Amino acid sequence: MFAKVAKLFSVVGLCVLGGVAQAGIKIEHWVTPNGARVFFVAAPDLPMLDMQLVFDAGSARDANNSGLAGMTNNMLNEGADGLSADELAARFESVGAAYGASVERDMCVVSLRTLTDPALQKTAVDNFIRVVTKPEFPQQDFERVRRQVMIGLAQSKQSPDAVTEKAFYAAIYGQHPYAAEPSGNEESVQALTVAQATAFYKQYYVAKNTVLAMVGAITRADAERLAEQVTKGLATGEAAVKLPVAENANGGHEQRVAFPSTQTHVLLGFPTYRRNDPDYFALYVGNHILGGNGLVSRMSEQIREKRGLAYSAYSHFLPMRAEGPFIAGFQTRTSQAQEALEVMRATLSDFVVQGPSEKELEDAKQNISGGFALRLASNKSIVQYIAAIGFFQLPMDFLDTYVAKVNALTLAQVKDAFRRRIEPGKMVTVVVGNGPV
Amino acid sequence: MTLQNTTSKGVYAAVGMCVGGWLCSGLAWGLDNTVHEKTLGNGLKVVVKEDHRAPVVVSEVWYKVGSSYEHDGITGLSHMLEHMMFKGTKKHPPNEFSRIVSKNGGRENAFTGRDYTAYYQQLEKSRLPISFELEADRMRNLVLKKDEFIKEVQVVMEERRMRTDDEPNAVTSEQFFATAYINSPYSHPVIGWMNDLENMQLEDLQRWYETWYAPNNATLVVVGDVRYSEVFSLAEKYFGGLKKSAIPVQKPRVEIAQRGQRRVVVKAKAEVPVLIMGYKTPSLKTVREDWEPYALEVLAAVLDGGSSARLTKNLVRGAQIATSVDAEYDAFTPRQELFMVSGTPAQNKSISELEAAIHAQLEMLKKDLIDDQELSRIKAQVVAAKVYEKDSVYYQAMIIGMLETMGFNWRMGEQYSEKIRAVTAAQVRSVAQRYLLDDQLTVAVLEPQVMSNGATAPVVGGMSDVR
Repeated sequence: MFAKVAKLFSVVGLCVLGGVAQAGIKIEHWVTPNGARVFFVAAPDLPMLDMQLVFDAGSARDANNSGLAGMTNNMLNEGADGLSADELAARFESVGAAYGASVERDMCVVSLRTLTDPALQKTAVDNFIRVVTKPEFPQQDFERVRRQVMIGLAQSKQSPDAVTEKAFYAAIYGQHPYAAEPSGNEESVQALTVAQATAFYKQYYVAKNTVLAMVGAITRADAERLAEQVTKGLATGEAAVKLPVAENANGGHEQRVAFPSTQTHVLLGFPTYRRNDPDYFALYVGNHILGGNGLVSRMSEQIREKRGLAYSAYSHFLPMRAEGPFIAGFQTRTSQAQEALEVMRATLSDFVVQGPSEKELEDAKQNISGGFALRLASNKSIVQYIAAIGFFQLPMDFLDTYVAKVNALTLAQVKDAFRRRIEPGKMVTVVVGNGPV
Repeated sequence: MTLQNTTSKGVYAAVGMCVGGWLCSGLAWGLDNTVHEKTLGNGLKVVVKEDHRAPVVVSEVWYKVGSSYEHDGITGLSHMLEHMMFKGTKKHPPNEFSRIVSKNGGRENAFTGRDYTAYYQQLEKSRLPISFELEADRMRNLVLKKDEFIKEVQVVMEERRMRTDDEPNAVTSEQFFATAYINSPYSHPVIGWMNDLENMQLEDLQRWYETWYAPNNATLVVVGDVRYSEVFSLAEKYFGGLKKSAIPVQKPRVEIAQRGQRRVVVKAKAEVPVLIMGYKTPSLKTVREDWEPYALEVLAAVLDGGSSARLTKNLVRGAQIATSVDAEYDAFTPRQELFMVSGTPAQNKSISELEAAIHAQLEMLKKDLIDDQELSRIKAQVVAAKVYEKDSVYYQAMIIGMLETMGFNWRMGEQYSEKIRAVTAAQVRSVAQRYLLDDQLTVAVLEPQVMSNGATAPVVGGMSDVR
């Protein structure tokens, strides 16, 4: 049962973060003495606690050592404070706690979920502090993790999806740090050293470069104490420098990659906007209509519902610290890839030129506001929202004003934002498959 | 590695973030005294679990039909019908279902497994009647149109190409099940064989719909910020008038006895080999002794209940023979099951070295008792998971729906943690000895074939200025 439900979850995508929150969630915020920014929501109903530490230490900080942020993050629980990887894992799991770590382009996240029973929580939190503040980067474990990462990189070469995404980011970002895959490449990972990981840790896993998000059945006083405990072992340090502006590196180009698959995978897009862009809501709501709302959006309607050309056809914005991408994509059998690409391009340019209809905008607003309550219905998603508010330095009333901002948008504003920001002719197209398209 | 037993209609499928986390799955299900059930006059079973933490509700309709109800030649029919369920009724034109749910702020999807087909909406709590109206309508009034079918079967073929044909691990998994089972319907994939999809007819779907889609073959599960009595009234109002049908009895199709080990090699364009092993084991429906499936669940957790469990500790970190290795077993299925171990060798290690190392781990479990620390770790995880699961109304509804649809009942979810905690080390050793037998083993191996032309070589119009 355990396995089956886990599978279902990943298949139906429940855990994918949808959007926003119900009004009235009280977010408390303070800064620890050494400069870590803390965001906390008391959730007394269930005897559990979620904790996320977010560092500005994603792969965008790799410099010339692609994969370094990932290796550093992977190594935290491989030996810390005199305990081995086996011992660290056993301590978390003996109290039913779950430890997680992941790296994206912008950030790395280290997380803990534990029961709030005092003895269990103490074991879990003490171990979490150990892993976050006293990792030892043992050479032997580093070599093993490197080999594991190498296998992962090899595996990604056999998946047309992964190959397409890698080629897409490389194409649209050119020399920008977002161009590389967070996991690096075989050559770069082979060259990484323990000394580099240690130095990376010392520079970026520091209080001033940290957001701590907590949601659970603890009081504000408990939360302050915990925040103090978790962060005091971190050096004060400095926040990471601002990332460079991402230019549209190869606008208008088409890249074709041969791949022995039955389908051709296509992605088009370019770098667009930062997370705190003033056009955020207009672009988000516009794209909801264009390709962001599952089967109901125009991309899916034109490519899947009307023509049966693909299982999945979508578009989305991924606003990040620097200019995140606009991505539109589909996959279909090679013989009809050209047709599908033409439909996608026509759908896109029609949307930019004509904009949505009044009714589409109204429906999108109703979807977003009517479903608002779903977005903060679990501690799991609340902790992700407050971590995002902290990391991207969004206003504290971001969630409270979200629906109002969506509802206040006019058709003219959405049209205007798309016309100014989305130029289909400047998009990069990446086509991966086994034949001429 | 994901073994695909379930497939779904939605477009979000590829983005699941729960990879490998038992945080998202949980070993256990919650103790809760707020579950209420009622069976309507037409046979529809309604199960309501109140959860007042947030002003939301999830509503799910589960049908007792899935790929294990299919036979050769019509594989994939249940999943195809799931897609067609969004293509309109007398009252609502194609795709309007999704538009109405969307306009009401809902999230929806559907999924098909071996033993069930389910549809769900997540909504702000006041919108529950919208879900009921739409689901009741399509339970009996679906209109299967030829033009919609012709397009949608193409969509499903693309889904198959995307999920299986172009993913070597998925191809290997599919052939593993086809080898492990000979006459059990668990032998064929949920999405269906491509040739069966190519030859599917609208009439096949019509017959399938008429045979299985009726209130007396369904369970309605509602979890959220609702009052059970109000949900019962609403259910009566919307579903109460639907006609029941005579539901055929499924043939048992009990898998024939396995007489010796089976092995299959899959050659596919790939970079990394994969090993899948599965031993024939009973499920809670087919078992002689009730405790055995629970002991098998504990056995799976001893091997793979986290990073401190034996497979990762001994084979990934200790001997460094595996890059990753997983064990899984599911007690809650209506048919004979498999206890599975699958993995990828470490760099410079072979499949046979990995297989030998896994065998050695299993032999230890047959010989020695697991230690107290392992048992107490598993019990602590079960207790914790029981709390964590309550963070999601969707997950709670999923457990109820699955149990009810596969011939169990929701109470078994409540008892799960207790049953697991009652398992002893001697019982774990006993099931290892009884079921992890070489003659009951099926092995599939992915042998990677060179990816022609190089996976990343540009053919035409390659950009020189892009790495």
